[in-house]
Amino acid sequence: MTTTNTALAEAINAELGAVLERVDIGPDALVYEVAPANLRETCVTLRDSAAFKFEVLVDASGVDYLDYGHAEWETRDATSGGFSRGAHRGDEFSREKLAPTRYEPKHRFAVVYQLLSVELNQRLRLRTFCEDDEHPMIDSVVDVWAAANWYEREAFDLYGIVFDGHPDLRRILTDYGFIGHPFRKDFPVSGNVEMRYDPEKGRVVYEPVSIEPRTQIPKTIREDNRYSADLKDGGSA
Amino acid sequence: MAVVPEIQNFTINFGPQHPAAHGVLRLVLEMDGEVIQSADPHIGLLHRATEKLAETKPFNQSIGYMDRLDYVSMMCNEHGYVLAIEKLLGIEPPERAQYVRVMFDEITRILNHLMWLGTHALDVGAMTVFLYCFREREDLMDCYEAVSGTRMHATYYRPGGVFRDLPERMPKFQPSQYRSEKDLKRLNTARSGSLLDFIEDFTDRFPACVDDYETLLTDNRIWKQRTVNIGVVTPERAKQLGFSGPMLRGSGIIWDLRKMQPYEVYDRMDFDIPIGTNGDCYDRYLVRVEELRQSTRIIKQCVDWLRDNPGPVILDDHKITPPARIEMKDDMESLIHHFKLFTEGYCVPEGEAYAAVEHPKGEFGVYLISDGANKPYRVKIRAPGFAHLASMNEMVVGHMLADVVAVIGTQDIVFGEIDR
Repeated sequence: MTTTNTALAEAINAELGAVLERVDIGPDALVYEVAPANLRETCVTLRDSAAFKFEVLVDASGVDYLDYGHAEWETRDATSGGFSRGAHRGDEFSREKLAPTRYEPKHRFAVVYQLLSVELNQRLRLRTFCEDDEHPMIDSVVDVWAAANWYEREAFDLYGIVFDGHPDLRRILTDYGFIGHPFRKDFPVSGNVEMRYDPEKGRVVYEPVSIEPRTQIPKTIREDNRYSADLKDGGSA
Repeated sequence: MAVVPEIQNFTINFGPQHPAAHGVLRLVLEMDGEVIQSADPHIGLLHRATEKLAETKPFNQSIGYMDRLDYVSMMCNEHGYVLAIEKLLGIEPPERAQYVRVMFDEITRILNHLMWLGTHALDVGAMTVFLYCFREREDLMDCYEAVSGTRMHATYYRPGGVFRDLPERMPKFQPSQYRSEKDLKRLNTARSGSLLDFIEDFTDRFPACVDDYETLLTDNRIWKQRTVNIGVVTPERAKQLGFSGPMLRGSGIIWDLRKMQPYEVYDRMDFDIPIGTNGDCYDRYLVRVEELRQSTRIIKQCVDWLRDNPGPVILDDHKITPPARIEMKDDMESLIHHFKLFTEGYCVPEGEAYAAVEHPKGEFGVYLISDGANKPYRVKIRAPGFAHLASMNEMVVGHMLADVVAVIGTQDIVFGEIDR
């Protein structure tokens, strides 16, 4: 789809060049970022304009960029200092980046929309960052694509991103009465509460978790020459 | 004088333990008599945070989780995930592996549609179809078992190919006190050769089986009364609601990722895309039944190619795929590769990719973000059933209570993928 991709990129440049910023990341060609203030009108244009016709919202998902590019295990130190079988207790996460990442997220929370045009057979990815890291909020696109309804409820439930204008913003995947937003990077995998049946009270009770969070295999980032940009395509030879 | 009570809407709770709820769907229905005013699906009772779990493990260790998403079309889920990793790594599996994947995708499609057909018919009131469908499903499960060792959760697709080549011998039924000599012989006739022989035999007899299902349903008066004009979705609405797969095709839109955005070797396959005209439950039934026949055609083409073209089924790059067991016995490098792969895994270059496959239920997509680590930074699974179930309210409003069951059936709901 390379030829259609260039045609689409040109059409976007012509019509939406002022609001959309192209991001060169990864193997997918067409990734754009839009400021939250321009999100809704951009979406309407992308849906209705004859060059785009993105009438299907395939997916919308929240992303938390808190730990982007941070490793749990610094391989250089470990080579001299040894390493205790990869088992970490909870909060030992190094918040220092080893090396600058190619992609620099603008804010902590983002919402990513995957768009599809059935008529013109083309795809596009749209990302928008929530400007407030503490209380992420963004315009809802439910009235642009009805499919956004549940996707936005999911992003709200799992990441705590509030969608302004959503008709029915309730939790969707977690339990009734759940506290917290579990897919945030600072939410432990083992959770905060556990549940058991209390025979004396005759009901289910919630208690703080009794297991300690533990990392069996640390997240490592290695400088791999095979993927470095200046060595690609035989650049080193 | 009799007091006439004031009649008002009432709310009923459908599921999560209702047998027709296909798992753990809880529907809160507002009823006016027997007519539905609104339906509010409560999901998440099977939420296991698959995506978060995948983010805490090296890439390869999450393939098994994918099987457990939509647990009636296991290998197609793996396919989406593996494709996304391959896209990020910039690798392509050997040709034979691509054919094997296409063949097993289509076997999976038949598995899924048989399960759907059986339970949908059972919900609507036809018992026999269920028994027929499960008879054929059993044979396909045996194919899964022959190739991967498990009947369901195969973990067979790997980045760079598939776990191993197709076996030369098909496992046979063993004598037991529950089977007569005659039965044993009948069961084992197709199993005397290789897996490919068995699959070919299946493709030869399967079209007649589909004819059997159709005899029971297609012109059945009760079946038509329960499905024709139920849950009608217009093409425009289908796109607005994010439908994909048979749900979109049932509304008359020609859209199939295997044709439109082909992956693996689907562009070399000869098959047709069935579409519906009215967008009701009956059309979607016809679409899926025709897909059973088309899948059989694809499998046949794969079998023919695979017979003539032996070769590797997984890449030889031991930074990503494990070395052969035998090499590890006397080769230091292989041993190191093996150790690194199964402890730390491999680092995937920074970037993000969305890979979608035509899953039996619709578009199954995996959106992967990697920050250059050995674990994915973000995994988002785009499950087709999630978008379909979200339209439940729209599809059932104005219908009777009994039609809810038909609509759940036609949406082909499986909670493993919706709740994730």
